[in-house]
Amino acid sequence: MRKGVMRPGHVQIRVLDMDEAVVHYRDRLGLIEVNRDSLGRVYLKGWTEIDAFSVVLREADEPGMDFMGFKVLSPDVLACLYQELVDYGCQVETIPAGELDGCGERVRFDSPTGHYFEIYAEKEQTGKWGVEEKNPDAWPEDLKGMRATRFDHCLLYGDDVDGTVDLLETVLGFQLAEQVVDKETGQRAAAFLSISTKAHDVAFVRHPEKGKFHHASFYLNSWEDVLRAADLISMHDIPLDMGPTRHGLTHGQTIYFFDPSGNRSEVFSGGDYTYPDHPVVTWDADMLGKAIFYHARELNDTFLAVVT
Amino acid sequence: MMKHTVKLAATGEEFFCREDQNLLQGMQSFQMGLPMLKLIPVGCRGGGCGICRIKITTGIYEAKKMSRKHIPEEDQARGIVLACRVYPRSDLLIEVLSLSH
Repeated sequence: MRKGVMRPGHVQIRVLDMDEAVVHYRDRLGLIEVNRDSLGRVYLKGWTEIDAFSVVLREADEPGMDFMGFKVLSPDVLACLYQELVDYGCQVETIPAGELDGCGERVRFDSPTGHYFEIYAEKEQTGKWGVEEKNPDAWPEDLKGMRATRFDHCLLYGDDVDGTVDLLETVLGFQLAEQVVDKETGQRAAAFLSISTKAHDVAFVRHPEKGKFHHASFYLNSWEDVLRAADLISMHDIPLDMGPTRHGLTHGQTIYFFDPSGNRSEVFSGGDYTYPDHPVVTWDADMLGKAIFYHARELNDTFLAVVT
Repeated sequence: MMKHTVKLAATGEEFFCREDQNLLQGMQSFQMGLPMLKLIPVGCRGGGCGICRIKITTGIYEAKKMSRKHIPEEDQARGIVLACRVYPRSDLLIEVLSLSH
């Protein structure tokens, strides 16, 4: 049951070297650099996003994800969900408006997999980048690199996947769209959650260590664009992880690669959709190779082991 | 460009690495008639994941910034580094270590 959470809104990613990171996210992925704040954080967005920003880069000694944020319908929903998160037993913290430039009050909470999530009701809306609000043209001409259209989802690794799934389903109204389950033990190895009609807005894979970041994903319009991204990865000698290929889970067309701090990025196109009455799509854990990389049908060395 | 020899202490296996290559790039360079070497595990190649953790027991090198989670300062002072962030300045003798956590 939906609880007034609308969509992914932002992700804050830690990077080792800001200049190198900005080249990756702005010039290679093609996100738009929109702001730098007094803490030295860099704000970016995909050109189709109406919000002021969706990706925040923070220079640190250790890469990974600080938090992922979701937008809710209204301040009333925010206040209501704050109380529900407290009642559920989360550690909940209110981040004042303006801590991120242009973003209203955020409610941050921890999760059983060790990840921090946020919800917020208000963020400055600056409109799609490079096209007029009225009578908009199809796309702006001066985009860079892979021309990523939007921040789409994150895949996160942690131990208590069932715990985080329950939290996001029960309190925030996420829907389990797809999962990987071990036939013998019934244990869930992976969970793909949707808060919209997308196949996933956030996903989890079981992993012994808490709070790990597998990738942030950005949407492209076509398979042709994924192949073009692969060309750019070679042109700029960017460390490639896997692809271009198709996922079995969600059936998106994808390529994985790494930013200069070792955080994985994905660009993808296509993929399945989900409505609230759709049954959960289940993959057997012994088919994990095909579920992840539909063509190779086996995992590479890095998919389960390399996270930040 | 100067080219140095990187040698694994345990097995004596070795490869060449130029000064402008990190150790993983040197290891993965094409060598006539040989399969690509897999002496050091390859992960994110950005100093983030910790998979390519090694100890350099002999030799001079420069290292770029790497995750402090995997390489605390005291470890780095003892020659423990991530191979993807290390550029040789002399021949090196190394040991492959397991992931830190």
